[in-house]
Amino acid sequence: MSLALPILQQQPVAAPAGKAHEPMGFFTDTTVCIGCKACEVACKEWNQLPARGDGGAHLEMSGQSYDNTLRLSGDTWRHVKFIEQFPEPYQGRWLMMSDVCKHCVQAPCLEVCPTGAIIRTEFDTVVIQSDTCNGCRDCIGACPFGVIDINHVSGTAQKCTLCYDRISAGLEPACSKACPTDSIQFGPVQMLRDRAAARVEQLHSLGEKGAYLYGADPKGPLGGLNAFFLLVDEPEVYGLPREPKLPTRNLVRSTLLSTVGAIVMAAVGALTLRARRITQVKETTSPEAAP
Amino acid sequence: MIIQAGMPSTYFTEPPHFRWLIILYFFIGGISGGALVLASLMRLFGRAEDRPLERLASYLSLGGAVISGILLIVDLGVPLRFWHMMIQNHTGLPMFKWWSPMSVGVWGLLVFGFFALLASLGALAAEGRLRWAPLRALANRPIAIFGAIGGLFGGLFLAGYTGVLLAVTNRPIWADSSWLGLLFLLSAVSTGVAALLLAGRWRRIEQPDTTAWLMRFDRITLLLELVVILCFLVSLGGVARAFLNGWGVLLVVGVIGLGILLPLVIGWRRLEHGARSVVLAAGCVLVGGFLLRVVVLLSSEQIHVLGTQVFR
Repeated sequence: MSLALPILQQQPVAAPAGKAHEPMGFFTDTTVCIGCKACEVACKEWNQLPARGDGGAHLEMSGQSYDNTLRLSGDTWRHVKFIEQFPEPYQGRWLMMSDVCKHCVQAPCLEVCPTGAIIRTEFDTVVIQSDTCNGCRDCIGACPFGVIDINHVSGTAQKCTLCYDRISAGLEPACSKACPTDSIQFGPVQMLRDRAAARVEQLHSLGEKGAYLYGADPKGPLGGLNAFFLLVDEPEVYGLPREPKLPTRNLVRSTLLSTVGAIVMAAVGALTLRARRITQVKETTSPEAAP
Repeated sequence: MIIQAGMPSTYFTEPPHFRWLIILYFFIGGISGGALVLASLMRLFGRAEDRPLERLASYLSLGGAVISGILLIVDLGVPLRFWHMMIQNHTGLPMFKWWSPMSVGVWGLLVFGFFALLASLGALAAEGRLRWAPLRALANRPIAIFGAIGGLFGGLFLAGYTGVLLAVTNRPIWADSSWLGLLFLLSAVSTGVAALLLAGRWRRIEQPDTTAWLMRFDRITLLLELVVILCFLVSLGGVARAFLNGWGVLLVVGVIGLGILLPLVIGWRRLEHGARSVVLAAGCVLVGGFLLRVVVLLSSEQIHVLGTQVFR
């Protein structure tokens, strides 16, 4: 018997009359990413996000890679991962991937947010309203991709908005606009899926048999990802979960177990108190107890 | 450790920074919930001799509720927006998601606080400390029984929902098992008993019969807790390897050994009649309950991906 809940509260907010949009998203082709990090810089500039550490006066070095950003966070909404696969000197490859919020069709963060700060927009993207978020951090642990974190300037949870302000004005998001190789492509999700499928076919015909799409299948995990990727190695190698899941998968089972435990504890408490009472009544009414 | 194919999907998430304030909340909120469960049980099924400790349990639950609320607000990134959990700031409508344990928990804590207040006012009225006649009515049977039934539900809810909240995430350990809610519930009841025994001794209002019942109830709870903690570890499967470090040692020695087995041995050897043994057993249960929350939260908190490496 499945204990999964139906998909909850995933409808978009009402779009202004006459302004319905088709779902928009990103297709990131990792095979043409050169690791220039132009997308990271463009994102920071457009969204006025602070540099890491003390504002750039002392650059933090990772010490493990040329990638010194290392992760997405509340003030880094685009992050180019450098995956260095060098089993032997002069033999190996670098995999580059510009990571971002996946704008999941069934978004775990939106599902658990207790303030209603996280909403689905008319573009089918997922946005955190910074004036509503109070920094409870429930969404951080719910995101299966480790995308969200606290922005220490605002004290609220933040992540990529898919440049809601820009796309509302008919512009392309800053990162895809800045990408010099078109590794990041922006557009209607269905169009991007068709383009991505053609690219996979092309790569297969060129001999790169390991190419596949991660998150493009609307019947896949989380109902598909509006920001999906073309990869050439296992998802884990790119720091992506093989099976991203909704956090509410545990809700029914966990609640049931706790409820059974609560009933047992209440019953044990009541029965032991009643048993004590009966014993004492017997003791006081027994012939030996009589004066 | 370098990221490898086949790693559990929960490893690729970020820790939500649930650290010491949340650990304290889980611990104090648990004691508070457990204390109101005990007060309610004694009110509904106990006798006149239980009343002093019943009243003390009511005060403990109210104090814990107030501290819990403060801890939760201070822990927020923007504490002044705590009310966004209850009222939608854009519409003024109530904010409630029955499928989000944090949303349910906020309302649950509020309801719990109401019943803890009711129980405490009833206790003050019964002690003759309330001079206003309408408040003195709170000690009377219909209202007190209503408060006790509400308190029983509220206390059990507060005792267990925190574990469900952790399970409804995507974090390693927390989301890899469905047993945390039940485990936290049992631990909350046992720490509630321990706190009440210590507070009763401190206030010198112990009653031998009530103390004996509390010790007996605690033994049953600890036994169940031991079974559930084993179920929890088994249910983790391969993720249980995350405990092959100092956290695992703390779990086995501190939580299971000191917090469960030692108090059980003290109880079974019938040493509980000695006042020192009661204090020792209760102290061990409290330390074990606190360590349980430390181990569960921080062992998961430290697991994170940075670059191409998983740290755990």
